[in-house]
Amino acid sequence: MKQFITFVRKEFAHVLRDRKTLLILFGMPIMQILIFGFALTNEVKNSAIVVIDYAQDEASQKLISRIEASRYFEVNKLSTDHHQIEESFKAGKVKLALIFPQNFYTDLMHQNKAQIQIITDATDPNTANTLTNYVTAIIQDYQSDLNQSASLPYRIIPETKMLYNPQLKSVHGFVPGVMALVLMLVCVMMTAVSIVREKEMGTMEILLVSPFKPLLVILSKAVPYLILSLINVASILCLSVFVLDLPVNGSLLLLFAESTLFIITCLTIGIFISVRTGSQQVAMLISLMGMMLPTILFSGFMFPIENMPKVLQLVTNIVPAKWYYIIVKLIMIKGLGFSAIWKETLILASMTLFLLIVSLKNFKIRLA
Amino acid sequence: MHAVKLNNLTKVYGKEKSVAVDNVSLTVEKGELFGLIGPDGAGKTSIFRMLTTLLLPDGGSAIVDGYDIVKDYAYIRSTVGYMPGKFSLYPDLTVEENLSFFATVFGTTIEENYHLIKDIYIQIEKFKHRRAGKLSGGMKQKLALCCALIHKPTVLFLDEPTTGVDPVSRKEFWEMLKRLKQQGITIMVSTPYMDEATLCDRIALIDQGKILSIETPENITRSYPDKLYAVKAENMYALLKTMESYEHAASSYAFGEYAHVSFREAISEDTVKRYLQDSGLSGVELRPIDATIEDCFINLLKK
Amino acid sequence: MQDVVIKTDKLTKRFGDFVATNAITLEVYKGEIFGFLGANGAGKTTAMRMLCGLSKPSSGNAVIAGYDVYRETEQIKKNIGYMSQKFSLYEDLTVLENIRFFGGIYGLTNQQIKTKSEELIARLGLEGEAKKLVGSLPLGWKQKLSFSVAVLHEPKIVFLDEPTGGVDPVTRRQFWDLIYAAAEQGVTIFVTTHYMDEAEYCNRISIMVDGKVEALDSPTQLKRNFKVSSMDEVFYQLARGAKRGD
Repeated sequence: MKQFITFVRKEFAHVLRDRKTLLILFGMPIMQILIFGFALTNEVKNSAIVVIDYAQDEASQKLISRIEASRYFEVNKLSTDHHQIEESFKAGKVKLALIFPQNFYTDLMHQNKAQIQIITDATDPNTANTLTNYVTAIIQDYQSDLNQSASLPYRIIPETKMLYNPQLKSVHGFVPGVMALVLMLVCVMMTAVSIVREKEMGTMEILLVSPFKPLLVILSKAVPYLILSLINVASILCLSVFVLDLPVNGSLLLLFAESTLFIITCLTIGIFISVRTGSQQVAMLISLMGMMLPTILFSGFMFPIENMPKVLQLVTNIVPAKWYYIIVKLIMIKGLGFSAIWKETLILASMTLFLLIVSLKNFKIRLA
Repeated sequence: MHAVKLNNLTKVYGKEKSVAVDNVSLTVEKGELFGLIGPDGAGKTSIFRMLTTLLLPDGGSAIVDGYDIVKDYAYIRSTVGYMPGKFSLYPDLTVEENLSFFATVFGTTIEENYHLIKDIYIQIEKFKHRRAGKLSGGMKQKLALCCALIHKPTVLFLDEPTTGVDPVSRKEFWEMLKRLKQQGITIMVSTPYMDEATLCDRIALIDQGKILSIETPENITRSYPDKLYAVKAENMYALLKTMESYEHAASSYAFGEYAHVSFREAISEDTVKRYLQDSGLSGVELRPIDATIEDCFINLLKK
Repeated sequence: MQDVVIKTDKLTKRFGDFVATNAITLEVYKGEIFGFLGANGAGKTTAMRMLCGLSKPSSGNAVIAGYDVYRETEQIKKNIGYMSQKFSLYEDLTVLENIRFFGGIYGLTNQQIKTKSEELIARLGLEGEAKKLVGSLPLGWKQKLSFSVAVLHEPKIVFLDEPTGGVDPVTRRQFWDLIYAAAEQGVTIFVTTHYMDEAEYCNRISIMVDGKVEALDSPTQLKRNFKVSSMDEVFYQLARGAKRGD
């Protein structure tokens, strides 16, 4: 046990004495959160939208002119052709379509309520959401103006339809996404590189020719990164709560427990890479290309899984980050408890177990 | 009991089945300083890695300290000391941290075996708070030796400890080895420097995986088959060229400021001198000499 | 009077407070084999880098093959060859490809490269190996090939940094045969080594201790001056007093 502690202490010394590693370790999560949090939630200006006015009455004209007046939109009026909307969306020419039904004004005046349809292109969920909010705000503005002079309140009911990405994935989803990304990077790459470095330096030879159990060499490499990663999780959450005003709605304890599970998954992947590679460059490349890329592409964090071809949707199932991303979102944003995520947790846990067995099978007590 | 015993040990690499170690058999006695002498690629490192249980042999067997290198690898790992060819310490840890780390890994403390490393450690002790990566070549080597010794190994394996080290540090290093030998530690050391061979009790000359000869250095040099002469002239290159075309010369090659020459048959020194002078060389000197290990190695390689 | 191809005058390199190379003054002649010796960390590598035009001196002067080390580094590089134990050739290219590549770098015409590579391969007896990867050759052959490639463009000076480390004694001598042959053709050889018997092969040697050249003479004369019988002892006497390592 004393040997183990000495070993762990040595690992910490390696990490803490290397400024560059430290910077990557703690600077990167902060950078990513800030980039995703601020730089990418862009204010939308002059977005092209389409208006189809079946009503052509007083109310619809007034609303359209209000929307035209706003600096957020550039209005393309389309007389009546419904089919052209989809084509414009597909061509990426417009971001939003606003459809007034026939008898809009009459309905509003006589039934005191009227419907209006908002269709957005949700492949870029951030923009879609922002635009919808703007339009609804303008409609509500108009509605309250009307209500000032009315005895009974008029209600305009916007019916929002998100094209291509109905659940509007990834709005505020970047915090769970960044967490998955950072843990993947820190755990997989750092562990793999630090084990392979010992091979390259020749110290692995000495360690193998010692009574210290080879397996402990590997395990004691994992401990510091587990701890450092938990610190990272904590700092990301702090940033998200205090800087981005994105609260943790569910149980913090559960969130940390699930994060620990995912960290262990990543560490096992890192160990697996390290037992199969001989140089730091190769280990780094495999970690980046083989792990980071799938995490970005297939975890559902950047690109909605629902929009992918069926084959790719199947592929996403073997990406551990996808499950962790779902878990974190459910806990953090929807505030759900363990009963809602036990399935995902089970999948993640079995992946970890599988990877652990595979890496132990591949682990060698000798060189080459 | 032998400290190390190799029995037809063989190692084969890769798909091409290149034989790195070819049926090597040898024994090292307890308390012996045994040298494995040969150029790069001779198979020295492969032999060391098999003996230290880092590689599995592809044929034959070996016993270290009474234990089999395949079956009893765990035992051997706790008892031998090993210093790989490359500098293998943590450059970002200090001298003291490195030493105490390896002590702990081997389940001991610096204090427990301080007497073993004292001679060496006091030379680097004043740098104990310096990071190992900032030490000079000679210092690094001393620290590596300390780390390999800290658990009081029964057999110490040193793989090319003096490669790339300047002559002064090399000399110091061999003096340290002699002192360790006096403490009863069996030492097996490899080197590409032929002149270091004479510092060992016994040596094995090895090339391309095969043992050429195993003997005491004295016996190896004594068994050199031919009479050897050291020849000198003002222009070394011209001398070598002239010797090459001399019908009586069996072999000739540069050796320091001299050329070492052996002849096909007994020949008088005057005949040779005259031939050289007639060929236009000046400042010719010629005298019989005893062969060195390097002469023997060259002779064995030519066979 | 012999042609001087390397001439340094109080050549010095400082790194902060540390004087790596301290006022080196020496002359090397055309066709000479010059041994550049010193303990680890004595400043050999730093000095050699300045002479190759790879690093600017802090003070002092040096003229290499007629070119100034401050202003004419490009010309210097064209007129020297360099080979070290660490970097020699591309292991994943064949013998011929390596020759073609390095010939191309030094601006030889295709015709020149063709004749030269045939010559070189014949001289080294590598006919059977010309199309093999360099990585598959034994170390000794690599070193010989590497030297031949370093002199391919007929440089005035060749710098060799520990060229024979770890090579067997027979191959080592074949390597020196190449060096002698090149020197005979008027190429100046500037070589560092840890083998003291190789120091004896040089026409003259200098021994550096703690950044300074402490001795410079022919091996015979040095032994006479220090009243010892081998270069080993000369070196030991000088370097024992060294204060610093690398």
